[in-house]
Amino acid sequence: MADTPEFDVRVADALIAAEIAAARDFYGEDANGATALLPILHALQARFGCVPAEAVPLVAEGLNVSRADVRGVLSFYHDFREAPAARHVLKLCRAEACQARGCERVAAHLASAHGLRPGQTRDELTLENVYCLGNCTLGPAALLDERLLANLDESAVDALILGLKESGS
Amino acid sequence: MSAPRVYVPADAAALSVGADAVAAAIAAAAQARGIEIQLVRTGTRGMLWLEPLVEVDTADGRVGYGPVNPADVASLFDAGFPDAGAHPLGLGRIDALPWMARQQRLSFERVGVIDPLSLVDYRAHGGLAGLQHARDTGADAVLQQIIDSGLRGRGGAGFPAGIKWRTVAQAPGPRKYIVCNADEGDSGTFADRMLIEGDPFALIEGMAIAGLAVGADRGVVYLRSEYPQAIAVLRRALALARADGLLGAHFDIDLRVGAGAYICGEETSLLESLEGRRGQVRAKPPLPAHHGLFGRPTVVNNVLTLTAVPWILRHGGKAYADFGCGRSRGSMPVQLAGNVRHGGLFECAFGITLRELVVDIGGGTASGRPLRAVQVGGPLGAYFPESLLDTPLDYEAMAAAGGLLGHAGIVVFDDSVDMAAQARFAFEFCALESCGKCTPCRIGSTRGAETLAKVSRGIAPEANLKVVEDLCTVMTDASLCALGGLTALPVMSAIRHFREDFGP
Repeated sequence: MADTPEFDVRVADALIAAEIAAARDFYGEDANGATALLPILHALQARFGCVPAEAVPLVAEGLNVSRADVRGVLSFYHDFREAPAARHVLKLCRAEACQARGCERVAAHLASAHGLRPGQTRDELTLENVYCLGNCTLGPAALLDERLLANLDESAVDALILGLKESGS
Repeated sequence: MSAPRVYVPADAAALSVGADAVAAAIAAAAQARGIEIQLVRTGTRGMLWLEPLVEVDTADGRVGYGPVNPADVASLFDAGFPDAGAHPLGLGRIDALPWMARQQRLSFERVGVIDPLSLVDYRAHGGLAGLQHARDTGADAVLQQIIDSGLRGRGGAGFPAGIKWRTVAQAPGPRKYIVCNADEGDSGTFADRMLIEGDPFALIEGMAIAGLAVGADRGVVYLRSEYPQAIAVLRRALALARADGLLGAHFDIDLRVGAGAYICGEETSLLESLEGRRGQVRAKPPLPAHHGLFGRPTVVNNVLTLTAVPWILRHGGKAYADFGCGRSRGSMPVQLAGNVRHGGLFECAFGITLRELVVDIGGGTASGRPLRAVQVGGPLGAYFPESLLDTPLDYEAMAAAGGLLGHAGIVVFDDSVDMAAQARFAFEFCALESCGKCTPCRIGSTRGAETLAKVSRGIAPEANLKVVEDLCTVMTDASLCALGGLTALPVMSAIRHFREDFGP
């Protein structure tokens, strides 16, 4: 994942306006409410690495909804973050099919050998839990940024983290 | 004569075990040896233990090699590749492999076969014949075919699709919607993802037929954010379909990406999310068929329901209904997952037993240890012990055995599993993903996890298991939707069938 730019009001406003226009274009009068809200939040996060607090009033004003409405949506969905993650994000699947293939061992190893627990960041890597990536026969699975990984075990995780450290330095 | 075609999957599961590197190695080796080939990226055949699976055309049909590592590519060419030479990784004709030969691939007939982003390939393999038939015969005839097919909602609830469509068709209003639920959040399921990545035009065609049948000119696909590859493929397929005129003012589709909330797989919560709100479930009635997206009459169907439609229109509702058993007609794409030796996608008529699927077809556990439990239907599905494996796969039989078919994901566990931990996880998952609207789900899930933790610590196990059972009854009877309402299934089935695991 590339370094994300500082928050910029004009850029944010342009992203918001573009998503509202796209929703109006497709849904017509049905788009009068907050229809564009999720696409807006995705666009802001893709651009700035998170949806910072400064963006909330801009989104609310653009959609003509309350700030509370925006904050409520922002906090409901697991994907959205209000502060940027590290350069890389590893989402480890903890759901049943990966449990049956040993994901709990991988999670324990990440904690004991690398000091990484879900929600924590270390050495430019943020670890998060995710529940199903659709790779249920080749687990334990994880998503490293947008790359799907398979058959993770202790040594695969060690190699992965070493690789990230080397590429970062 | 054109260069021979070499097929390498670009499905997310195949990519996760290195399919891109294999494709690159094949292209480089062909160039270095001065051999002309045409490299085609496909979906996956669903034999995921063989990925990356490389195929070539021969006079006898497609022949495969797998699993191929980049390091194997040189020896493949030494053996005469892309002519189908003998090689230790050679599998022979793909269609003749038992895994493929035993299936009835209706919805997945093109997945793994064609270039998913080629409308030429799609048409050459029967694509758009269903839509053409629908246009020729009109909305009433389409509704009748869907009713005759006996197609039921493949997302899990199993509601007859034809009845739902007819309700929307008869509802008054200037605007109606077709909403495709592609929020495939159940662990152990990946059929929606495979289909979208392997044959996206089938979904587009199915939605266009649904639009024609009910009088809707707008469709929406709600696709989960955990599937970046499927998002990319569908986005490109929609652009190609628009350029081709398949989509346009008469019927168009918006792709909306979810944001990591499992509950948005519940249809009313999904509609809330599309409208830009927290994904909290709506009380029913009113049904989405009457009062759905933006209050308009709306068909909400799963990916697999909609992609069964082109086949039904092409071959007739009766031909589809000829597959299956009882009130479960047609075929079901079963997903074999977890600790299973041969996992993947297996589409077959209803009526096959769990044992045939897990033992005969799946080959038992991947670890080689004894099988202890299978969970059918995702995190809200029951755990079955070995003794119940002769249950046939159909909606009614699964319910009679105390479970549900759901989205037909089967997760296999070996004897190292701690069933008390699995039961506790079911409560914890419900607590994590509860939308918070109703009390039994929001509070019950947390209290349930705490109470099972007490059981595991040996604190009044009998009394506390009774509390769990009471709690499950309340959650089942009083929750607003299936999340709270079905969490009792994994919990109580684990307690019932694996009582020995519940204690200190």
